[in-house]
Amino acid sequence: MFVCDARKDAKRGIKQKAGQSLIELKNAGFTYGGRDILSEMTLRLQPGSFHFLTGPSGSGKTTLLNLCYQALLPTTGMVRIFEQDVRAMTRDDIAKMRRRIGVVHQNCQFLDHLSVRDNLALPLSVSGREDDIHPSNLDDLLGWVGLTERGEALPPELSGGERQRAALARAIIMSPDLILADEPTGNVDWEMAQRLMALLVELNKMGKTILIATHDLNLIRTVKSEVSARVLRINNTKLQLAGADL
Amino acid sequence: MAARWDAELARTSTIRISAPEGQMAAQSEAVLEVLRTTPGIASARVMSEAEQRKLLEPWFGPDLPLDTLPVPRLIEVLEEGRGPDAAGLKLRLSAEAPGAVLDDHTRWRRPLVNAATRLRILGAVSILLIAGSTAAMITLAAQSALAANGQVIGVLRLIGARDVYIARAFVRRFTLRALVGACVGTVLAMIGVLFMPAAAEEGAFLTGLGFKGWHWILPFLIPPLAAFVAFWATRWAAFRTLSRLS
Repeated sequence: MFVCDARKDAKRGIKQKAGQSLIELKNAGFTYGGRDILSEMTLRLQPGSFHFLTGPSGSGKTTLLNLCYQALLPTTGMVRIFEQDVRAMTRDDIAKMRRRIGVVHQNCQFLDHLSVRDNLALPLSVSGREDDIHPSNLDDLLGWVGLTERGEALPPELSGGERQRAALARAIIMSPDLILADEPTGNVDWEMAQRLMALLVELNKMGKTILIATHDLNLIRTVKSEVSARVLRINNTKLQLAGADL
Repeated sequence: MAARWDAELARTSTIRISAPEGQMAAQSEAVLEVLRTTPGIASARVMSEAEQRKLLEPWFGPDLPLDTLPVPRLIEVLEEGRGPDAAGLKLRLSAEAPGAVLDDHTRWRRPLVNAATRLRILGAVSILLIAGSTAAMITLAAQSALAANGQVIGVLRLIGARDVYIARAFVRRFTLRALVGACVGTVLAMIGVLFMPAAAEEGAFLTGLGFKGWHWILPFLIPPLAAFVAFWATRWAAFRTLSRLS
């Protein structure tokens, strides 16, 4: 079973990485067009932790997530991913690093000419693990996100919620150490948002490290009742720990 | 063709005898005797009036009264091995038959061979130009294809694809297209060459632009050469474009 494999793998990962940070930002900043988007960001993501990243629209949540998987380079300070300085990474290093991070985008990027099932298997193909592509694993994963009947559909045929769940399934197929989700519930109704959060909480309980960018405070409160999560807020380009109101 | 022209012309020479009517036969006999005792001569024969008329026919028409004109007698000489010592033969002929002039074709063979050699260089330069323009076209096409697939490349990078994986898809497609295109083009060209009108036997060495014997194998080198060029051009373009898209 795929989910069981992920659980075992995650527990093993926590043991191996105890005391280490998956992501570390030290006074990191990002400037675009002469304007500071982020500044003096200091953050450490420990294995198995659950973090929310919140803040008003345009505050830099997506930018911070992009720094966390080297889609962007900091203009100041330092960012380390899996103990490696992002500035010292080669292109191959970046590719290998991204295989250990599952990213769920708000606009769910898929290859539209491939079926959902093929899109889910794609991370295994690009990393040379074609032997790990078993129909039963894919069925298991599709079932876990509630898309058993939609495996042969093309991404444009999916609803917003289905796309989000497919993106989450693809993000975890490599059994990554870290899952980054950017507004994963942005395009879905409240019920679907809760379902998606339940999946992410389940992954965290399996040992996965989760960082979710969202501005939905109600959702954060709901999740905090189930799991120990830290809430970070970006305010005036700086990162703060959110108050007790959350 | 240059080699063929050189070889064909170098194997023969002509002796022209201009003498008063009464001495023509004696001088002809003297020349033949000299040739019989000259090393490097395979055979020599006096050209008949009919043959000489045929040679002059293009310029003077079919009813040329040879017997009334002071036309020199021609002796066709076929050489063997490295041929005779031309300077020594000329000296002996001037002593034995004062009206005999040796024409070993050097005078007009050299410009022909030079022209053929230049044609050979032109052919080689043409092949290089064709290969270069093929590479340039494929590079541009590959760059366009990569630029048009920016979103696909973005998705592949997000899930950890290395540049070599992304490039491979484009390289495979363009190499295959070049190979198939070159195969079709080569077959059509060979059919064209096969059905080219044959030149007259006596003039074939001057034209003869077809293939003979094992030369028919040469066109089969074109498809692998085209595929080779396409492979490296696409690979170069792909890696260059991917490094810009980072």
